[in-house]
Amino acid sequence: MDSEGSRNIAGVTEPEPIIGPGHTFETVTDKISSIVLRGGTTPGWVFGFLIAFSLLMLLNLVVTLLMIKGVGIWGIRVPTAWGFAIVNFVWWIGIGHAGTLISAILLLLHQKWRTSINRFAEAMTIFAVMCAGMFPLLHMGRPWLFFYLMPYPNPMWMWPQFRSPLVWDVFAVSTYFTVSLLFWFVGLIPDLATLRDRAKSKAAKIIYGMLSMGWRGSAVHWSRYETASLLLAGLATPLVVSVHTVVSFDFTIGIIPGWHTTIFPPYFVAGAIYSGFAMVLTLAIPIRKYYHLEDLVTMRHLETMAKVMLATGLIVAYGYAIEAFMAYYSGDANERYMMWNRIHGPYRGLYFMLIACNIVIPQSLWSRRVRRSIPMLFFVSLVVNTGMWLERFVIVVISLSRDFIPSSWAVYLPTKWDWATYLGTFGLFFTLFYLFIRFLPMISIVEVRSLVHETSEEKPHS
Amino acid sequence: MKQKPIYGVMAEFETPEQVLEAARRTRDAGYRSIDAFSPIPVEGLAEAVGFDWTALPIFVFLGGLFGGCTGFGMCWYANVISFPLNVGGKPYNSWPMWIPITFELTILGASLTAVLGMLALNGLPTPYHPTFNVPRFAMASTDRFFLCIKAKDKKFDLAQAKAFLEGLHPHGVYEIED
Repeated sequence: MDSEGSRNIAGVTEPEPIIGPGHTFETVTDKISSIVLRGGTTPGWVFGFLIAFSLLMLLNLVVTLLMIKGVGIWGIRVPTAWGFAIVNFVWWIGIGHAGTLISAILLLLHQKWRTSINRFAEAMTIFAVMCAGMFPLLHMGRPWLFFYLMPYPNPMWMWPQFRSPLVWDVFAVSTYFTVSLLFWFVGLIPDLATLRDRAKSKAAKIIYGMLSMGWRGSAVHWSRYETASLLLAGLATPLVVSVHTVVSFDFTIGIIPGWHTTIFPPYFVAGAIYSGFAMVLTLAIPIRKYYHLEDLVTMRHLETMAKVMLATGLIVAYGYAIEAFMAYYSGDANERYMMWNRIHGPYRGLYFMLIACNIVIPQSLWSRRVRRSIPMLFFVSLVVNTGMWLERFVIVVISLSRDFIPSSWAVYLPTKWDWATYLGTFGLFFTLFYLFIRFLPMISIVEVRSLVHETSEEKPHS
Repeated sequence: MKQKPIYGVMAEFETPEQVLEAARRTRDAGYRSIDAFSPIPVEGLAEAVGFDWTALPIFVFLGGLFGGCTGFGMCWYANVISFPLNVGGKPYNSWPMWIPITFELTILGASLTAVLGMLALNGLPTPYHPTFNVPRFAMASTDRFFLCIKAKDKKFDLAQAKAFLEGLHPHGVYEIED
């Protein structure tokens, strides 16, 4: 992760540049802004957007049906009242952790390689949190009464249960969404001003002009802007850690076997970063190819992200090991049975797939050849995404389907509407993402310009 | 023809080092109402045009404090004053359970203050600003750096200020109509 690391450790090679050679302010500005202003609506973009939009319509259909018929269209049955909805909620919100991590923590750590990927990682965060937020609302059964979760003066004289982690979740997720959105928007302001100044069409000038709010790059403004960005980064850093911690409280504060454990918060946060980076890779690899951004999102970026994935993956593996050990060491019959049930029960296939996807296959990232091979890296990122989804399924479903009383045990199976809801949120996610890459600069122009300036200062005579 | 009022004069530079040097010399020459514009944040440029500190961090601290007090106060008020419920003799004010909400609202309050405070102190949104009357100023968001002496400066005299800026070897000097 250390940006200077390869020089010190390897001792043989200079670190690869973070951006390709020969770039100036003008070329990077033109390259990134032309995707929005002149790249236009390519056939590939339209094709992808239409697929995403069809899936979004599928989501529309499912939600309508859900409103009419109720959550019974899903496979949730007692004892497994938390089926796909919670699995998908935790999965999406986990994905939503990489963006703020990249833009906040890596900003504070002065990791320059973050500049080319933070913008779309943040966009990914916002869209993933939107998808995540849908699931608990739909899972309530009566989504139109969602405002019961908010503390507001009401004729029943009731308050939300402030001792419940589910209410903490409402505060954590909505705060996370708001702060991520603010952070993203603040980063966009100077870039929107660039688009305003470069736009040719009247409509684009007006819209980007309004969004950039009259930004003119005054030195005094920049100074306050940088203070605000640093403060936001400092605030967002503990926030990222707190969000998945609170999500893990949803489980740990319950007494279900396999949930009531103290390792959950750190292990959930590591898992979230793991899946988030996997998703950034899944998105970055096709985008850099399609929009020819190889000299901005370089091999070095991909390799560094692979290393972050490897490291967080090892933390997750440690979590799995401790989970199994604590089940044994607790001496509690139900905890021990939970672990036995994971390995031998009806869902054992998923458990072994989880181990393969999250622990075994990602070990290939130790090899430099794999880290530098784009197809392999893309494959591993998809595997990790799948693995992290399986992890949530294993945690939610295996524990619930067989708890304390054998007479209440039942096997949970998702219905086609469960799958349709899940696919539908992909529609929402990718529709928003396609709109984002079409209408907003997907790489921070200002930060890349600063990077060009810094790198030219380091080597003034080359 | 009626002379249009002037907001100031502006000089265009090609590198951050040039504009930084120019800003320092302008200030040394006694001009106080000056501003610089750049496509990237330039270290030291704000200080060079006479900006010394911002109250933003203080506001952010107060915003966070307000958020935190709201969070804790709300949980406490709901469970101790408004709707006390005795569950197995447990204390009404079970404060560790208020911490997650207190924490989240602290962050929310501070972040909202940071963004809204930054915009407010910068006077954004600004629907109209005279600097945009200079056609070359569009380059300030790509790769050019500008230094402006405002007409409200006590020492300001159009011809003198223009001559002074010319002396800094800029790429060009422009009058800004108000």
